[in-house]
Amino acid sequence: MPLDTAPRLTDPDALFAALVAAHAGLDEAASRRLDARLVLLLANHIGDAAVLMEAIAVAQAERG
Amino acid sequence: MPPPHANPRYPAAPVPAATARHPVVIVGAGLVGLTLALDLARRGIACTVLDDDDTVSTGSRAICFAKRTLEIFSRLGLGDRMLAKGITWQHGRVFFQDREVFGFDLLPEQGHEHPAFVNLQQYYAEAWLVEACNATGLVDLRWKHRVTGVAQHPDGATLTVGAPDAAYTLHADWLLACDGARSTIRRALDLAFTGQVFQDRFLIADVTMQAAFPTERWFWFDPPFHPGQSVLLHKQPDDVWRIDFQLGPDADPEAEARPENVIPRVRAMLGPDVPFSLEWVSVYTFRCRRLDRFVHGRTIFLGDSAHQVSPFGARGGNGGVQDADNLGWKLAAVLHGAAPESLIATYDAERVPAADENILHSTRATDFISPKTPAARAYRDAVLDLAQRFAFARPLVNSGRLSRPAVLSPSPLHTPDDIAGGAVPGGAVPGSAAPDGPVLCDGKPGWLLRHVAGFCLLVFGAPRPLDLPPGVLPVFIADTPIRGALQDHAGLVRARFGVTPGMAVLLRPDQHVAARLRVPDFALVAAAHRRAMGCD
Repeated sequence: MPLDTAPRLTDPDALFAALVAAHAGLDEAASRRLDARLVLLLANHIGDAAVLMEAIAVAQAERG
Repeated sequence: MPPPHANPRYPAAPVPAATARHPVVIVGAGLVGLTLALDLARRGIACTVLDDDDTVSTGSRAICFAKRTLEIFSRLGLGDRMLAKGITWQHGRVFFQDREVFGFDLLPEQGHEHPAFVNLQQYYAEAWLVEACNATGLVDLRWKHRVTGVAQHPDGATLTVGAPDAAYTLHADWLLACDGARSTIRRALDLAFTGQVFQDRFLIADVTMQAAFPTERWFWFDPPFHPGQSVLLHKQPDDVWRIDFQLGPDADPEAEARPENVIPRVRAMLGPDVPFSLEWVSVYTFRCRRLDRFVHGRTIFLGDSAHQVSPFGARGGNGGVQDADNLGWKLAAVLHGAAPESLIATYDAERVPAADENILHSTRATDFISPKTPAARAYRDAVLDLAQRFAFARPLVNSGRLSRPAVLSPSPLHTPDDIAGGAVPGGAVPGSAAPDGPVLCDGKPGWLLRHVAGFCLLVFGAPRPLDLPPGVLPVFIADTPIRGALQDHAGLVRARFGVTPGMAVLLRPDQHVAARLRVPDFALVAAAHRRAMGCD
């Protein structure tokens, strides 16, 4: 199953707000570590190595 | 406190009167060189071993001996001694900052003679190897003989050797460089030794103490007593404990090795009331690198002279012993005229991938233990944050992936299952080290690996006359008690090889699976044997 990049979020604004709120009051290192925990939790939830590798590649390609 | 361990000192060897030609010269009487010398002697091959020192390992150094190494030492006759003196362990714990994150059990499968690991000071293993080599009468151990020059020829090498009283030359038909990470032979041949350099310094403090710590491997990330760094604690025989402190890249190695600086670090860890004495101190850095290939004409590199790894995972000493295990029978077969010289090239084909596997694991462990970037540190700490509560994060914690035997696959010496036709799913594929298993021999309990030697055909069925190629000896394995057969009473041997009754397994002299055969038929066995001897 390839990486699904079609819109799937029922409430995108709420998700965005939740992500930003989770970082409130954190310094850069703590913020980075929170994101890392989040990535690890989601990666394990997805589980499929091919999807994860594709996601890493897509994220890298979009670097600004 | 007992006095520190005193190494045996061996007398310097006399200087030979004339330049002699030697079939096999091993440079370096360390763990790997001595293992190889003993292996060759057990196969009837005499060798000369040159070492620039007059003693065994200074300090405990490689303390974790893995199951495969114990099996190799058992084959060489030293297994019982290793088990009796060594500290057997299988549990570990990981700590992060002020808390225990999780414990692990290496969960060794039951029904093997040897445990996952024993801890033993390297100097014991080497001293026993010296004794065993001397007892063979085939190993000419020359202490205090330092190689100062090498000239390679198509038929071997000429060595210039410095001894205490004089210098001399000798010819080696085969030169086996077991002279460690700073190999004189490798430098003399000007061979590139490439890989990754790690900047972090580490401090080994071996301390003698009566401590209540369990026989477990304990690993701390960022503990309160040594903030920002890692610490490893491991037990050795004689009430000696290995404590390994990560120091970071800026540490001053000379200052850090001084007792007045080491003792406070240990005391911070143990608390103020635990009496201890320093047994051995060493400050080290490490690299992960290897030679492009290990066979250079008739000069062959084994152990640290060929490849170096970080210490996390116990892959240095154990990897080197497996090198010796791999080369010994091949060189003996060539020197006995039983195999073509091209068999030696398969040492490269089999051990270079094994070295890469060790380098990969030890590099990854090092990158986890000492993160190089803020992002790497964030991920490392995130894994540790999650590991206490969530099982999924524990396999991501990497405090060293402990040495496992390499599966030598693919190798030109093995007959694939689809050709020989003798396998069911699961079990030891060709290239695996033969799995051990419990057997009954005349009703008495024993272990399979004690009954195999040379090229050995495990025949799963009742003993009967078999037409086999010269040099292949059968070992019959039956489910029921039958005279002349080992009884696989637990059914574990057959299951571990992945075969059914009537099939057969050809083992190499280093106890690796060469082929799984549908039947012990002459043509099938002969083809697999020929292939395993490099004759195809």
